[in-house]
Amino acid sequence: MASTPAIEVHDLRKAYGEVEAVRGVEFTVARGEIYGLLGPNGAGKTSIVEILEGYRERSSGTVSVLGHDPGERPIELRRRVGIVLQSSGIYSQVRVAEVLRHFARFYPHPRAVDEVVELVGLGDKRDERARRLSGGQRRRLDLALALIGDPELIFLDEPTTGFDPAARRTAWDTIRTLRDLGKTVLLTTHYLDEAQELADRVAIIKGGKILAEGSPAQLGVGGSSRYRVAYLDGGEPVVEQTEDPTALLHELTSAALARGERLEGLSVTRPSLEEVYLELTADG
Amino acid sequence: MADSLVLLWRQYRFERRLFWRNPTAAFFNFLLPLIFLALFGAIVSGHRHELTIIVPGIAGMSVMSTTFTAMAYNLTFLREQGVLKRMRGTPLPSGVYLGGLALHAVTNAAIQLVIVILAGRLVFGLGWPADGAELVAFGVLGVVCFSSLGVALSHLIPNFEAAPAIVNAVFVPVILISGVFFDAKNVPSFLRDIAQALPLVHLVNGLSGGLVAHHGGLSQHLTALLVLGLWTAGGVIVAVRGFSWEARRD
Repeated sequence: MASTPAIEVHDLRKAYGEVEAVRGVEFTVARGEIYGLLGPNGAGKTSIVEILEGYRERSSGTVSVLGHDPGERPIELRRRVGIVLQSSGIYSQVRVAEVLRHFARFYPHPRAVDEVVELVGLGDKRDERARRLSGGQRRRLDLALALIGDPELIFLDEPTTGFDPAARRTAWDTIRTLRDLGKTVLLTTHYLDEAQELADRVAIIKGGKILAEGSPAQLGVGGSSRYRVAYLDGGEPVVEQTEDPTALLHELTSAALARGERLEGLSVTRPSLEEVYLELTADG
Repeated sequence: MADSLVLLWRQYRFERRLFWRNPTAAFFNFLLPLIFLALFGAIVSGHRHELTIIVPGIAGMSVMSTTFTAMAYNLTFLREQGVLKRMRGTPLPSGVYLGGLALHAVTNAAIQLVIVILAGRLVFGLGWPADGAELVAFGVLGVVCFSSLGVALSHLIPNFEAAPAIVNAVFVPVILISGVFFDAKNVPSFLRDIAQALPLVHLVNGLSGGLVAHHGGLSQHLTALLVLGLWTAGGVIVAVRGFSWEARRD
């Protein structure tokens, strides 16, 4: 049981009228993995996640979340997942610990309220009313509400959008502790550094399709096989791209030696995840 | 089943607690029918016949405002804020959550009815309710009918800013033609015909039978029961079929 994947998605499609937002997506998320769906706004990330959460019906394809079909909205599944939506409200008059206590009763084996409050860093706000929390604190309450049922799988849809850099770092630390707790996390983000920092594996999505998938390191290095070789030719910068830098370097250096010159400004670089991402998601 | 009832009770208590935590809103919620009673009571003071029209009229209006208006506002707000969507993602059964909201509204309706009855007795010297069974029957049917219509109306409200305008565009004309503030018999016939097709006039008549006049019990109100029943059925169908957990994106 524990070895079956947390999420399996096969040929998933979703159309809104004429518009096909998700066009044949496949991926698998292993238990205990942090999996990132990375892509620009409107790429189809939220459509995919909301199908997995049971909010939307898919047009076709098969989907399995913890062994269940989320389209049937089984209560057993909702007991085992935690959801942080892109934006969702809470009763403005409710207090932090109070609403956590209330939500805890929906679940068979909830975590202790105090523990969750500490985990998300709201320890000094436990008696504060929701409407008095700052935007970042409310987002942490969202996370706390998703964690209170001690879920195996947590959906985080754009968890740090609108955060200042310090708040993002703090949120990342919290998400990393989820990994340490053995949770599976499906994360969507349009921040590249967030995917790179947190995700074990990343799928780059655009136009409802997965363009590339792999660990951030693999995507940066192996995802694109091209190396970039740059040097100065008579003071003018030259950049060449190659799949085999060995041969190109040999050619360049031999030619330079034959001319009795030095190859000024020589560098060999591999594309970063950022470059792969920008290249894949560029328009046109 | 027992589990669901426990959850329903907790959800109901949660709604009540948060309602009272905003005391200003709660206070004015219950003050409104009293203001109407005081104003119209002063206008018609001493005329017992008019009072026997005003008191059941305000009772009917209170039922409509605490259920129809409140449910339409509340659901539009919760939907737009994303609270409905959040609740939908938890293991709390949807019916339990919405049941808690409805019971909360019904409680406010009951409190307002009690306030209106007490004010009628203590301030205006009307008698205690003449027919308890009729009062309860119409009270229950009224809250169910107007709650379902409030939920149904919330589907037509595109966003919370539009809610007061849309809800009042229904609420105000309906209370004006339904004999809340004057005898419905004095209304021009075409308006009376419209009012007769709507539920509020029948609720007011039914409550009037329960509160002041002995018309001979529920059997005298078969048409009223039928009209309220039909609106309830229609309201429930639209409320359930059209229910949306998320705000429309535009």
